[in-house]
Amino acid sequence: MHMADALLTPAVAGVMYAASAVVAGASIVELHKEEKQDLTSAAKKLPTMAVMSALVFAGQMINYTIPGTGSSGHLCGGLLLTSVLGPWAGFLSMIVILTIQSLFFADGGLMALGANVWNMAFYGCFVGYFLIYRPLMRSRCFARRGERAANRLKITLASVLGCVLTLQLGAFSVVLETTLSGITDLPFGAFCAIMQPIHLAIGLIEGLITAAVLLFLYEARPELLRDVRTGGETTGKVSFKGTIAVIAIAAVLVGGGLSLLASGNPDGLEWSLFGNSDAGYTQNMGLDEDSYGVQSSAADKAGAVQEKTAFLPDYSFAGSDSAAGTSVSGIAGAAIVAAAAALICGVGGICRHKKRHQS
Amino acid sequence: MNKAQQASVELRAMDELAAQDSPMHRLSPLSKLFVTVLYIVVTVSFHKYDISGVFVMVLFPLVGYQVSMIPVHTCFHKLRVVMPLVCAVGLFNPFFDKQIVLYLGAVGVSGGVISMLTLMMKGIFCLMASFLLASTTSIEDICRALRQLHVPKVLTSLLLLTFRYISVLLDEAAIMTDAYRLRAPGQKGVHISAWGSFLGQLLLRSMDRATALYESMELRGYHGEFHYAQGRPSSRASWPFAIGCAALIVLARLYNLPALLGGLFA
Repeated sequence: MHMADALLTPAVAGVMYAASAVVAGASIVELHKEEKQDLTSAAKKLPTMAVMSALVFAGQMINYTIPGTGSSGHLCGGLLLTSVLGPWAGFLSMIVILTIQSLFFADGGLMALGANVWNMAFYGCFVGYFLIYRPLMRSRCFARRGERAANRLKITLASVLGCVLTLQLGAFSVVLETTLSGITDLPFGAFCAIMQPIHLAIGLIEGLITAAVLLFLYEARPELLRDVRTGGETTGKVSFKGTIAVIAIAAVLVGGGLSLLASGNPDGLEWSLFGNSDAGYTQNMGLDEDSYGVQSSAADKAGAVQEKTAFLPDYSFAGSDSAAGTSVSGIAGAAIVAAAAALICGVGGICRHKKRHQS
Repeated sequence: MNKAQQASVELRAMDELAAQDSPMHRLSPLSKLFVTVLYIVVTVSFHKYDISGVFVMVLFPLVGYQVSMIPVHTCFHKLRVVMPLVCAVGLFNPFFDKQIVLYLGAVGVSGGVISMLTLMMKGIFCLMASFLLASTTSIEDICRALRQLHVPKVLTSLLLLTFRYISVLLDEAAIMTDAYRLRAPGQKGVHISAWGSFLGQLLLRSMDRATALYESMELRGYHGEFHYAQGRPSSRASWPFAIGCAALIVLARLYNLPALLGGLFA
């Protein structure tokens, strides 16, 4: 889901950077507040965050076999970090992971970093934690089964639901950002219909793997997990595979609902304003698509100014003057550029060769 | 080689590239960061049909690679990471935008094909630029540049610590994966019965290691802030170079240089 630079325009990337920066600022402030309340763990926080980020990074390199299929999946980093470090520290750790991935592994672009942080870290850490993980862990669900079994069920449910929901939101954001950037000619609805179901499956698998790791952690060192009530009672064990089956069905239902919502008719606003003569709807609000809005000299002037100042011109043409870059002279020029590129590489190669011989 | 080993090798290779010496390596990290970000922003801002305009942008990273003595092909194996989503998005364009905008002899080329090629070129060029930055600038230098930009020190310290710790954990994950594979030959990944314990064990050990790490840092005088050792001195030409590059990049955006050049001959 890492977006490359080419998938965004500078304007969209800038907005996403700003949004992520605000959340990062808020996270740092909240982290300081947390540290003031708990001085003993405050000093250790930084190394713990670093080790956890590195662990998530390394953990994503491990393939897990998905039973019954030939494929494999990997762990969902955001939720693991949040459940151990909390949402604020988890978000900062995710920023660091994504920065390293973009700089050293070309996984996501430098300019697209803001968007990637939003799509993966924001939803994973905040939506996943505040809407799913924390309410679920603090609730009294499954209380009749005994504390231990209830906690195990809650952890599994939170992991799967959290991963499915956050991946759906993340995938939806990718579609939205790419469409807003005018990169693809694929209609918004069709793009959603491709992205959402794929990420539903990925979310489900990632959720199950994350649940397995968190359950192990709960068994071994429950104090490491956030918001988990621990007492002395240890009755009513539930088998892991049985739990997974129940949760998987629940997740499919929830996630499927989300996908349907996401791929609904997104052009409803345009349709309602202008109608669609091809489909036989011409009435609606009776507006003419080419000349809607208030006609005034001020509006015309504003339009002219906007046309001149817009960083990116309108995308509405094909074959108009702006495509002149692809004319005959454009091709001749491109050939010259290609020759220059080859020359640069050749000269560089000779220099390197000489240097190697000298040393 | 398993995935973790491969990542570890890639990381080490980048570190070694950044430790080399060339005029490009000697530039101040902030000026390189500035030029790289400007280059990427300008490159992606080209119109989706402006294929010749985008094409001229290839010259900037190419010159950079030659000056820094890094063979260009080193960055191309990273394309396997960048291209899938770019291709997935771009490949649909030819199906939706079928209007012919250009004739090459008798063959008509549709707008969709041109916008797809432009998109792919943008993806490749941006990758080339950010790879050039990472392979000529060490992580310490990047963190120092970020500090100069007033990025909070929590983030820069975390970036530095995580980067150094990643190689340790990658090696550990690689050893575990190898050991597992030897005991379960022919199996594609970790079996469901070991899903939790496999990474869980590593996590527990790492948490303990974090405490040890913190204690050893404290013994060496860490009190919440890193002090960056002054690395190699930055070249005095850094900012004149950056401003010159920025001017050329903006020029290449404002004027369609290939079309102008071609106009002289065509």
